[in-house]
Amino acid sequence: MSENEGKPVGRRVMLSMLGLGAAGIAAAPALQGGWQKLLDADPVGVTELLPNGGGFRYYSVTASVPVKNEANYRLTIDGLVDKPRTFTLAELNALPQRRVVHDVQCTDGWKVENAAFTGVPLSTLLDAVGVQKEGTAIRFTCFDGVYTESLTLEQARRPDVLVALKLQDQPLSHERGGPVRLYIAPMYFYKSAKWLSGITVTERVQQGYWEDYGYAVDGWL
Amino acid sequence: MQSTVGSDRVQRFGRVQRLVHRTTGWLMAFCAGTAACLYFSPLAELVGRRLLVVAVHEISGILLPVPLLLGLFSAEFRADLKRLNRFAKYDGEWLRLAVKRLKSRPAGKFNAGQKLYAAWIAGAVPVMLFTGLLMWFGDLLPWIPRSSAIFVHDWLALAIAVVVVGHIRMAYRDPLAREGMRTGYVRLSWARKEHPRWIDPE
Repeated sequence: MSENEGKPVGRRVMLSMLGLGAAGIAAAPALQGGWQKLLDADPVGVTELLPNGGGFRYYSVTASVPVKNEANYRLTIDGLVDKPRTFTLAELNALPQRRVVHDVQCTDGWKVENAAFTGVPLSTLLDAVGVQKEGTAIRFTCFDGVYTESLTLEQARRPDVLVALKLQDQPLSHERGGPVRLYIAPMYFYKSAKWLSGITVTERVQQGYWEDYGYAVDGWL
Repeated sequence: MQSTVGSDRVQRFGRVQRLVHRTTGWLMAFCAGTAACLYFSPLAELVGRRLLVVAVHEISGILLPVPLLLGLFSAEFRADLKRLNRFAKYDGEWLRLAVKRLKSRPAGKFNAGQKLYAAWIAGAVPVMLFTGLLMWFGDLLPWIPRSSAIFVHDWLALAIAVVVVGHIRMAYRDPLAREGMRTGYVRLSWARKEHPRWIDPE
């Protein structure tokens, strides 16, 4: 049958694809650098839908997240503290703010360079409520009702750990974890819990949501 | 040579080819659909439930080659793969005419476009599988950076989306071809027009 004669072009195309894939993996670091430069030079934002365009990606572990605003947002600080307290958004905004500029890095490989988060240093809030001496760790809870995170007290007192209210000098949007999120600059971004609603001082570290699925408890970059 | 029903129909695909095509199509739909929900922020915001979406994506991705591998047990299926693999002289002619957008192009049971599509996707899926597994089990091959695997996985996903949309568009524009994939039989007149060398090999 004449159909089975001729060159095995199909096989060649298939093997070429496998070769291209291998070459892509090998050349990825160089290609990625070039691509990032191109993205940064795109003022129009046409690259928004292409891989790694638009910077931040949206992750949520629940089906839907309530939207909180000035009126109904509350941050509760409790646990092993002398004066448990609840803060409104206005009260948080009235406290001294710090601006931290750092690269955001996700374990999924995407990165946002020089992201500027502004907010209240976590240590300021901890000092305001008075941590008792049995307290050695912090547990963070979120108003999506599911997500949790943790830090040791020592990590929590670092100057580059914020209860963030702003990103790139704009109020934190709901999609970016607003109105209030945690920002732990020196760690992978899963540690920076979105939609922060509770800070509890605990006796020991209780690992958070992704840590239960095998992520490192100390997600240092 | 072909089994015909009456005189105006000819069998194009047996049960195995149709089943392999259908299950592969569904798995690809799940795989691409969940990928979109993980990747595009508006969809991600709508769907959330990241763990569930990731699980469906991983499972459908792992299963994607399985229908084809099971199909290999069928001689009829292997014969079609052989046809897809080999390029006859008229396949080059088909491509030249296709570039010029000319109709009535010579083709065997599969035209050159179908052959290229099959070969391309057969090469792309293993690359996606490999890079996907590297993302899933990060310590599988520690000398390959995770970000490199993601880079290839993301860009190839985009290419596959474009190519598969093209594939669906071709099918959408030819109901008689779809009928062949659905029922196994095509009209003889359609086959003579679209695949002349299949009906009357010279």
